[in-house]
Amino acid sequence: MDKKTALHDKHVDLGGRMESFAGHIMPIKYTSVKEEHNAVRSGVGIFDLSHMGEFRVKGKDAAKYLDYILTNDSDVEPGKAYYSTMCYPDGGIVDDLIVYRIGPDEYLIIVNASNIEKDWAWVNNHTAGYSIDLTNESDETALIAIQGPDAEKVAQKLTDEKLMEIGYYAHTSGVFAGKKALIARTGYTGEDGFEIYIKFEDAEAVWDAVMEAGSEFGIKPVGLGARDTLRLEVGYLLYGNDMDHTTTPMEARLGWVVKLKTDKEFIGREVMARQKEEKPARYIVGLEVLGKGFPRQGAELFEGNRKVGVVTSGSLAPTLGHGVCLAFVEKGFHKKGTELEAEVRGKRIPVKTVKLPFYKDGSRK
Amino acid sequence: MSNIPEGLRYTETHEWIKDLGNGEYMMGLTSYAQEQMGEIVMVEFPGIQDFTSGDVLGTLEAVKTAEDFYAPFDCKVVRVNDGLEDEPALINESSYEKGWLIVVKTDDPSGFAGLKSAEEYSEFIGE
Repeated sequence: MDKKTALHDKHVDLGGRMESFAGHIMPIKYTSVKEEHNAVRSGVGIFDLSHMGEFRVKGKDAAKYLDYILTNDSDVEPGKAYYSTMCYPDGGIVDDLIVYRIGPDEYLIIVNASNIEKDWAWVNNHTAGYSIDLTNESDETALIAIQGPDAEKVAQKLTDEKLMEIGYYAHTSGVFAGKKALIARTGYTGEDGFEIYIKFEDAEAVWDAVMEAGSEFGIKPVGLGARDTLRLEVGYLLYGNDMDHTTTPMEARLGWVVKLKTDKEFIGREVMARQKEEKPARYIVGLEVLGKGFPRQGAELFEGNRKVGVVTSGSLAPTLGHGVCLAFVEKGFHKKGTELEAEVRGKRIPVKTVKLPFYKDGSRK
Repeated sequence: MSNIPEGLRYTETHEWIKDLGNGEYMMGLTSYAQEQMGEIVMVEFPGIQDFTSGDVLGTLEAVKTAEDFYAPFDCKVVRVNDGLEDEPALINESSYEKGWLIVVKTDDPSGFAGLKSAEEYSEFIGE
C-alpha cells in the first residue's frame, strides 16, 4: 500500500498526475514536465519531496559511527552538510545521501525513498560498539523544496533567518512560515534553492505560505518528472539508475566523497583504495546526443560492432533542446570527445562523451 | 472515454487519417494514444519520399516512452507539421488539429477505405 505524503490533497487539487513511486503516491507532473522544468531554470518552483527518508543519529560517537558507515568525512562544522555514499564491504553502493551536521553529536541523514527500509536495516546492523541513538523520522517529516534563481527571494519572505548568510550545503534551524524547520541550502536541480524540513502536520501550512509568497514570482509546483530532467541536465546521479549495489563510487566518479586521504577506517575502504590505484574497468560518463531522438535507460552503446557500454539515464534536456544521457562505458571509451553509437529500436544514434554538467548556467551558489 | 471523431479513419497503431481530397491524406496520433504515451517532447519526421504500407515514418518521443508511427498504405509524404519541432506537446493538447503529424499522397483510395471507422476503432481500444 503506497503512503500518501502530508501534501497529497494539495497535489490532487492542483491537478497533479499522481503515480506510485518508491512506496509513495507522488505527483509526476501538474501541467507539463517542460513547463515545470523551465519554471525552475528561470524563476522558481516548489516540490514535495516528503517521500525521502530521514534518520537522526545522536550521541557521543555519532561522528565516529558515521565515519565508519559512510565513505565521506563526518568532520564538517555544525551547520554544514555533506554528500556521501554508503557502501558494502565490496564497494557496491547501498545508497547515496546527504548528511546535515546539526550539532557536535547530532546529524540528520537524508536517504532515497526507495531505499529507506534497506538503509534503516543497514545502519542498525553496524551500531555495535558505538554510543549512539538512531531514529527513523521519515514518516513524521515532510520536505518541501524551493528551487530556482528566485528561491531566496521567496523563502526570505517567510523567515527571519538571514538566508544570504547560509551558503551552499549549509543549513540552520529556525522558524519558517511560522513553523519549526530545518532550512538548508541544498537541492537536486543545479539551481539555487532551499530544502525545508518540517513536521508532517505543518506541511500544508508551509506549502500554502510558499505558494503565496511565490505568486509574485510566478512560482509553479513541480513534479518528479521535471525533478528528473533537472537533475540529469546537471549530471547528478540517481540511485537505482546510475548507481546501485553493483557499482562503486570510483566507477560512478564519486571518488571525491571517499575519504582515502584520511586514515579513518570505513566500510569498503580496501576495495576503493585498490580501485583508485588500479583504475576502475568502467566509468560513468555524460553523453550528448548528436542526432535526433534520445537513448533511454538500458540502451546499449557501440563502437562499430563492439559493445562498450550501456545508458543508465537518458532524456531530452529541455533547456538544451537535445538528448543527454548518463552511461557506463568501458575504460578507454570514457575520455571526453569519444564518439559512440547508441542502439535505439534497431537504429544507431550518434553520441559523444562530454564534460558534465550538460547545462552549465545554473544559479546554484 | 476518448475523443474519437466521426469521419476520420483509424489504424491499429493508433494513427488517425483524414481525407483532404485530391488524393491527399492528413495523419496524426489519436487522443487515446497521446494520453497513453504522456507528454511528447520530440518528433522525428520522415523525409519527403515514398513509403510502403507498414513502413516506419517517424518516431514520437515522450517523457517515458517512444513510439514509431507507420505508413497506413503505400504513399508519398508531401508535408510535415513543422510547428511540432518547437511545440511537440501540441500532439497532447490538440491531437486532431494543431497536433497533426504529416500529409501523404496516394493515387489509390482503397487503402484509406480499408481502415477502421470511429466505431471500429473505439471497439478496438475497448471503449
